[in-house]
Amino acid sequence: MSETTKSPKKQTEQVSQVTIRFAGDSGDGMQLTGNQFSDTSAIFGNDLATLPDYPSEIRAPAGSLAGVSSYQIQFASVEIHTPGDEPDVLVAMNPAALKVHLPDLRAQGTIIANTANFNKRNLQLAGWDENPLEGDMLKDYRVIAVDMHALVVDALKDIGLPAKIMARSTNMFALGLLYWMYDRPMDSTFAFLEDKFQKRPEIIEANKKAVRAGYHFGETTELTSVSYVVTKAKKPAGTYRNIMGNHALALGLVAAGKGSDLPFIYAGYPITPASDILHILAGYKNFRIITFQAEDEIAAVTAAIGAAYAGALAVTGTSGPGMALKSEALGLAVSAELPLVVVNVQRGGPSTGMPTKTEQADLSQAMIGRNGETPMVVLAASTPADCFDTAYEACQIAIEHMVPVIVLSDSYLGNGSEPWRIPDVNGLPKIKNRLVKEAGDKFQPFAIVDEKYMARSWAIPGIPGLEHRIGGLEKDSLTGNVSGDFLNHEHMVDRRQKKIDVVADRIPLAKAYGDESGDLLVLGWGSTYGAIRSGVDRARAKGVSVSHVHLKHLNPFPRNLGEVLVKFSRILIPEMNKGQLARFIRAEYLIDVLCYSKIDGRPFVPSQIENKIAEILGDA
Amino acid sequence: MTTNVAVSHKQSRKDYVSDQVVRWCPGCGDYSILSQVQKAFPEFGRPKEEFVFVSGIGCSSRFPYYMNTNGFHTIHGRATAVATGVKLANPDLSVWVATGDGDSLSIGGNHLIHLLRRNLDINILLFNNRIYGLTKGQYSPTSEMGKFTKSTPFGTLERPFNPAAFALGAASTFIARSLDMEGKHLQEMITASYRHRGTSFLEIYQNCRIFNDNAFIDLLEKPQKFENQLILEHYRPMLFGANKSKGIRMDGHRPQVVDLDGGRYSVNDLVIHDKHDKMLANVLCELTYMPDFPTPLGIIYEDNQDTYEDQVHKQMDQAVAQLGEGDLEQLLHDGHTWEVQ
Repeated sequence: MSETTKSPKKQTEQVSQVTIRFAGDSGDGMQLTGNQFSDTSAIFGNDLATLPDYPSEIRAPAGSLAGVSSYQIQFASVEIHTPGDEPDVLVAMNPAALKVHLPDLRAQGTIIANTANFNKRNLQLAGWDENPLEGDMLKDYRVIAVDMHALVVDALKDIGLPAKIMARSTNMFALGLLYWMYDRPMDSTFAFLEDKFQKRPEIIEANKKAVRAGYHFGETTELTSVSYVVTKAKKPAGTYRNIMGNHALALGLVAAGKGSDLPFIYAGYPITPASDILHILAGYKNFRIITFQAEDEIAAVTAAIGAAYAGALAVTGTSGPGMALKSEALGLAVSAELPLVVVNVQRGGPSTGMPTKTEQADLSQAMIGRNGETPMVVLAASTPADCFDTAYEACQIAIEHMVPVIVLSDSYLGNGSEPWRIPDVNGLPKIKNRLVKEAGDKFQPFAIVDEKYMARSWAIPGIPGLEHRIGGLEKDSLTGNVSGDFLNHEHMVDRRQKKIDVVADRIPLAKAYGDESGDLLVLGWGSTYGAIRSGVDRARAKGVSVSHVHLKHLNPFPRNLGEVLVKFSRILIPEMNKGQLARFIRAEYLIDVLCYSKIDGRPFVPSQIENKIAEILGDA
Repeated sequence: MTTNVAVSHKQSRKDYVSDQVVRWCPGCGDYSILSQVQKAFPEFGRPKEEFVFVSGIGCSSRFPYYMNTNGFHTIHGRATAVATGVKLANPDLSVWVATGDGDSLSIGGNHLIHLLRRNLDINILLFNNRIYGLTKGQYSPTSEMGKFTKSTPFGTLERPFNPAAFALGAASTFIARSLDMEGKHLQEMITASYRHRGTSFLEIYQNCRIFNDNAFIDLLEKPQKFENQLILEHYRPMLFGANKSKGIRMDGHRPQVVDLDGGRYSVNDLVIHDKHDKMLANVLCELTYMPDFPTPLGIIYEDNQDTYEDQVHKQMDQAVAQLGEGDLEQLLHDGHTWEVQ
């Protein structure tokens, strides 16, 4: 039963989409608060997209600017593709959070501030000369200043918890207040609390009381005279759940393990923001999934290669720096023509870079970052939910073609979430493999057995008569024996390229969204999908001649991509790097493109794309 | 596991000889090691398709090409990690790593440590020739201090490390040592490695004819070899010398070489080798580099521990027993879901 007791005197107002950003100190529980709001909104039936943003330090000094953690959600009654442009509401649990995030808040936006933390020391740490909540510094915003701490302590006084523990429920007060403002039920959060704190009933009670206190504060105070209604979004029929990209990716791998009917091994080394995939899969032991936390990135990929050699669906996952370490081993997988899936959840580089911020700057590394002529299939996921499909397809290509495949995700996709229409398990494509069951008369380990797929057979150890030797030295194209023959080497280099080229036969042709020709095509790949689609939609609504092509397949490109591109006068490529896809497109098609680089650790927002289109074409 | 025709006939050395021409330098110790492996394997009574040789880079790492088993010649230093993946994917295979002192102790040191401590049932043949051969003569991590090589024309400045002590420190459950040219002993050690369940670390002193010739001559040529070889036998006193007239006794915690002919000491005063005694193993590892002591050969240490792969599969079985076989449909629908009509 939903617990929402509406006060009759309050007004309600209907809105189609709202963006909220929860911001506070790393210890304030903003990620959990944001996640709860998202789950509740998802179950409620809104479309939504989220953007968590947290420091790479586990606990930066309390109250400091470096320690601010935030979580943004856009929820809507209409279809949306991003976590929103400028937030409508900023929840600032301390002065540092207000300082960091105020510049992003839209004009006339709402600030909900926890005054308890606006003391002299915190104001100083955040670099405020005076308290912004006093005076008229924030006069252009609607400010709801609440001493959440005092209200929580008052609400919890009967439970008998120490003050320190009570203070931890302050985020739940903020959540309750937002639930009231946006007319959300509290029961899903209550269920979450009951599950999470099973062994500590007093904590469940404290948090529930804090949520209710926030909710009732909204009801009774004059500060919040209106509550907003965001009705259910129209989505295709089906069963939905809210899912984060890394989670969807892990599930895609599990599904491919089932779909291929092979032993499944995931080998990884802890690295932000890819570790979640390892954590999630490690919990699925009853699916007979082997997870192997290797001693380093190189061991993770080479153990995966060993597992592939022995007949497993082998996957390794990492982020940019780990990808760099794996590159020699990827050459071995290419040379040995073994199935392998390598996931790179990209983050800001170079070197250690910005571990918790997003970037798409590992595209060149994925495409060409190995010694020798070492082409690999490269796929990129475009939304959190799309991580499932991309992971599944990568496994399918790897096994059916006997090639290693790179999957590019990024921090924004990995940690972001959106509603996911759960696929029908029986509708997932079966993955056929190249395993050899028994030795024929003339078994040749390196002969191509399927020209269409350019696949060799997968003769794994353990089958009589199939014993053979392979390795990273150049091999004879039939026997797999070491070969220093000049012509054979050239043939093998060509063959490895052809193995990539034939993948283009199985992937969908590129199709422009919008019109098939026109003044401008916005070409994107990976996680920029949502911002580009929304930006293009807005421009088109104004009558601008602009279309969108989004690439999932980076190597090979869709067969017809060149033909699609030439139909547009200009091509704009927005990327979270310095123009890496642009370079490949220019080189491949001899077409010039306009680069739109953004490399500040944050994803594009639709208004940036919309404005860029306007800048190029002018408003219609 | 698969049924096999190969075991129905008695296997011989020939079954393990591949069709590839062996391309080591004439006189290389690797020939002898290859030959002993090919002689030892038929005695195991195991279908040959179940053997996998994994190697890294270096002269020794060409080994898989010459064995008529499954072979994977990988990249420098990573054979132990690749082998880990092979064994995890299929624990029924008999997995062997052929590696050298540069491959496993320098570039691949990290993976070797972790294979040893995880204790997968993998057999490591470490060909230690104390030199980089394939790259034509640079010093290795086991080269003697001060050694003149191509990359150290004024002598090395690095202290060599002791592979057996390294293995013991990494919680290895089987440490043995042999010599390329002591065929019978080497074959025994290969067999003992195979029989040990867990990671077997077999260090084989191997002569590099071209770049480090006669590195182990004192251990191989008569008569001095009798003075320098301490052949370890489980529960036997530590005797050595041409007439077995010398032995090792412990003076407190320090080993001491004693002469049994002098009348002062008898066999009863000598240390009895116990391969399960880790303290003793420490002493034996250290003897290697102590002047005036013979070099221990044989099984220095053996301990029986669960293998990693057994535990991995046991954990999965337990999870299945507790939670039931994983159901994909259910997994995808886990948590909060909602219906859109």
